[in-house]
Amino acid sequence: MTVNDMTFKIGGEAGQGVESTGRGFAKALVRGGLHIFGLQDYHSRIRGGHNFYQIRAANHDIFSHDERVHLLLALTKVAIEEHADEVVSGGGIIYDPALSVDETDLAGKQARAFPVPLEQIAVDEGGSKVMANTAAIGAAAGLTGFDMDVISGVIRDNFGRKGPKVVDANLKVAAAARRFVEEKFGDSFPFKLKKIEGPPRMLISGNEALSLGALMAGCKFVAGYPMTPGSPILEWLSVRSEEWGIVIKHSEDELAAVNMAIGAGQMGVRAMAPTSGGGFALMVEGMGLAGLCEVPIVLVNVQRPGPATGLATRHEQGDLLFMIYATQGEFPRIVLAPGTIEQCFEAGYRAFNLAEKFQTPALIISDAFLAHSPRALDMDALDFDVPIDRGALLSDAELDNLAERYKRHRDTESGVSPRALPGHPNAVYSSASDEHDEYGLICEDAVVRIQQDAKRMRKLETARAEIKAPLRYGPPEAELTFLTWGSTVGPLRMAVDLLNAEGKSANIVQIMDIWPLPIEKVTAALQGANKLICVEQNYTGQLATLVRAYTGIKVDGLINKYDGRPMSPEYILARRKEVT
Amino acid sequence: MVTAKDYSSPVRPTWCTGCGNFGIWNSLKKALAQVGLAPHEVMLISGIGCGSKLPDYTTANGFLTLHGRTLAVATGARLANHGLKVICTHGDGDGYGEGGNHFVSAVRRNIGIVDIVQNNRVYGLTKGQYSPTSPQGFVTRTSPQGAIEQTFNPLAVALAAGGTFISRGWSADIEHLTWLITEALGHRGYALVDVLQPCVTFNRRYSYDWLRPRIYKVEDEAGYDPSDRAAAFAKAQEWGERIPLGIIYRTESQPAYEEQVPALEAGPLVKQPLCTKTPEEYEVLKQEYL
Repeated sequence: MTVNDMTFKIGGEAGQGVESTGRGFAKALVRGGLHIFGLQDYHSRIRGGHNFYQIRAANHDIFSHDERVHLLLALTKVAIEEHADEVVSGGGIIYDPALSVDETDLAGKQARAFPVPLEQIAVDEGGSKVMANTAAIGAAAGLTGFDMDVISGVIRDNFGRKGPKVVDANLKVAAAARRFVEEKFGDSFPFKLKKIEGPPRMLISGNEALSLGALMAGCKFVAGYPMTPGSPILEWLSVRSEEWGIVIKHSEDELAAVNMAIGAGQMGVRAMAPTSGGGFALMVEGMGLAGLCEVPIVLVNVQRPGPATGLATRHEQGDLLFMIYATQGEFPRIVLAPGTIEQCFEAGYRAFNLAEKFQTPALIISDAFLAHSPRALDMDALDFDVPIDRGALLSDAELDNLAERYKRHRDTESGVSPRALPGHPNAVYSSASDEHDEYGLICEDAVVRIQQDAKRMRKLETARAEIKAPLRYGPPEAELTFLTWGSTVGPLRMAVDLLNAEGKSANIVQIMDIWPLPIEKVTAALQGANKLICVEQNYTGQLATLVRAYTGIKVDGLINKYDGRPMSPEYILARRKEVT
Repeated sequence: MVTAKDYSSPVRPTWCTGCGNFGIWNSLKKALAQVGLAPHEVMLISGIGCGSKLPDYTTANGFLTLHGRTLAVATGARLANHGLKVICTHGDGDGYGEGGNHFVSAVRRNIGIVDIVQNNRVYGLTKGQYSPTSPQGFVTRTSPQGAIEQTFNPLAVALAAGGTFISRGWSADIEHLTWLITEALGHRGYALVDVLQPCVTFNRRYSYDWLRPRIYKVEDEAGYDPSDRAAAFAKAQEWGERIPLGIIYRTESQPAYEEQVPALEAGPLVKQPLCTKTPEEYEVLKQEYL
C-alpha cells in the first residue's frame, strides 16, 4: 500500500466538467493537508474533443506532474484510449458503464477496471445527470480512502451559491458513490490518500499569483484583449476591480490595450497589459513609444506555441528572444521570466517597481504551463506586504519649489530623469514620440539625438547592475549543470532530485531576471559547470543562444521540446541520456 | 485670468503658410481661455501628422504619440486622471484611417475626450497620398488612376456608433470654431469636432475658395434640432453644393464612460493611494484559495 504519493487523472470532453471536477478534487486534497501539482490539458473548443486534468499528490511540496497515473477517471472512451497505458501496475480506471466505455476497452491493460454507474447513482439519489462528476469524486475518495468530510466541505463551497437543495443533492450523490465503491471493491485499491494535519495551504496557479503580485504593487489600470492563456489575468483583476479600485479596460484590440496602458502610465498610474504572444506582437509598436517617451508600463506575455494561431491552449517557451529583441530602433527594457508560482507573484510586483525605477517597459514572460497549473502553497509563501519603489518621482512639494523650467528628459548619469506627473503648474511639459530634447520637444539635432539615445540606453546598464543573479538549485558542485528558464524549472527540479537520489550529482541554474542579461553573474554561475545542458521548451534553444551571445559560454547539449505539451521529469531524464 | 497667450510657446510651427492648422490652433487656445482652463489642467494628446504637432507648439501638458493610436492613449490618460481635460488633435489619416477602430470604439464608449480631427482630406506630412476622407476619384501619388474607395463619412459613422456630440467646424472661421470647441469642452463624454481644413500644398482641389461658398451653419437654419438623431443622419449625408457646419447632433443624456467606472468614484485614479488594504483584508483574499 502506498500512501499520499499518487496521481489522479480525469479525462473527458470539453463541457463535461473535467476542469471543475479536477479543481474540486485538488482543492479537497489540499484541504486534507496534502501538497498537489495540477496539470491541465485542453483543446481550443467549447464542446467535445478530449481534455484532462491531472493531479499529483504528495506529502511534500511538488513542482511538477510526472508521467505515472495511479487512478484514471475516464468520462469517455477516448480518455481510456489516450491514458490507460499511463496507469501504473496496481492502478485503476473508474468509468461509468452507461457511457461509451466498457470492459473490452480495457483488455490488455495493466490497469484494473472500476466500473461505477456514476449517472445512475446521481439520478437514483434524486440528483441530475450532471452530478455524475460529483459521484466520480465520491468514488475516487472511496477507492483511495480519502476523508469524506473534506470532500463534503468542498462540495458545500462549490455549490453553495446554487442553494442548499443543490448542495444537499451533491452531498448525497458523493456519499452514495463512495458507498457503492466500498461495498463493491472493498479496500482493494493499493494507492491511498490520507488526510494529514498541517497548516492550511492555498491552491493557486501562475496567472493568479502574478495577478496578486500586480494587485499588491498597486496596479490600478489594466487594459487587455482576451487571448488564451493570458486572459485569466484580465478576468481575475476584473472580478476584483470594484473592491480594489482598479480600472479594467477590455479594449478593442491589443494595439489599444498597450496604448491605453501607456496613457495611464504617462499620467502616473501603475498600468499593465496582459496578453499572449500574438497580442504581444501587436503591442510591439506601442512598446517603442513607451521606450522613447520613457513611460513606465508592464506587459505580460503568457506564451503559447506560435506562430500565428499556433496551438491556442498549449505550452511553449518560444517567445524569449522576441520579447527581448522586439523593437523598431533601440530602447531599454526589463524582462522577467518567472518559473514557479512564487516567482510569478514576485515578478508581478517587481515589474512595476522596475518599470517606474527605469521609466521604461518591464515585461513578464510566463507560459501556459505556469499559468494554468495550480500548486499548493503555504499561507506565508506570498508576502502581500510587497516593497514599493516608484523611482525618481517628484513630489508635489518638490515641484512647488522647482527653480527652473522642468526637463522631463533631463540628461543624467544613470539615464533616469526625475519624473513629474502631468497636472502640476510648475511642470507643464509635452513629450514627443519624435526624438526630442530634454524638455520633450521635437528635435532632429544630431547632438541631441546622441544625448537622448545614450541617456535612454544607459538605463539598461544601470538596470543590469541591479538585476538579480541566476537562481540555483541542487548541490553547489555537480557533474551535470542544467541551465533553464521559466516553468521548465518545475519538471527539471524533479528530474534533478531523482538524479541526485540515484547517486549522480546534478544542479540547476535558472535565469529569472533575464534582460538586461546580468552577464557577469550568469558567467560566474556557469563558468565552473562540468557539463552544461540547456533545457527549454522550444525548437532552437533560445536561452542557450542568448547566453552564448553574451557570455561566450556554449552549452554541451540542449534538451528541448516543441509539441505543445510540457516536459515531464521522465522526458528530461530520457533526453539527458541522448545529449550526454 | 487665463488668456490664449498663456498657451503660446516659443516653438514656431513648421506648418506651411496658409495651412488650416493655424486657425484650429488659435481657436483651441481661445476656447481654452474662454472656458477658464489653465495649461496645467489640460492634456493635449496627438498622434503623427502635421496637425499632430500642435501640442509641441503649445504650452500645456502634451503627449505626441503614435500614428493612429491617439484615442487609445487618450482613453488611458483620461481614465488615469479624469481631473485633467483630455483633448486630442490629429488628422483624418490618424483618426479615421490608422485609428479607425479606436475611433469607433471611443465613440461607443462615450469617453470624456474632446477629439479635434484636422480633416484636410489628404496625407500631408508624407507628401500627398489619398486619405479616408479624400473624394472618390482623387488623384494622388498612391491613387494615380483616382481613389477607388468611397469617401469615409466621420459624422455618419460617429452617429451610427452612438456618438453623443458630433460637430463640424471650419478652420477659417475662428469665431465659430472657438465656440464649437467651448461647447465640446462642456460636453459630457466623447465630443467629435471634425474640422474642414485646407492643405494648401497637397490638396489644391479642396481649397478655401472651393469650401467657402459651400459651407453654412446649422444653427442658422430655422428649425434644425441637433437632438433629433434622424435629422442629424440626414444632415450628416449632406455634402457637395451645401456643406453643414456646427453641432450636427448632441445629447447630454448619456453618462460618460468614466462616470460609470466604480474605481473612479473616489476621484482621479492617479490621486488614489497605491494600496490601502489592511493585513486582515490580505488574509481575506488568501482565503479564496483555501
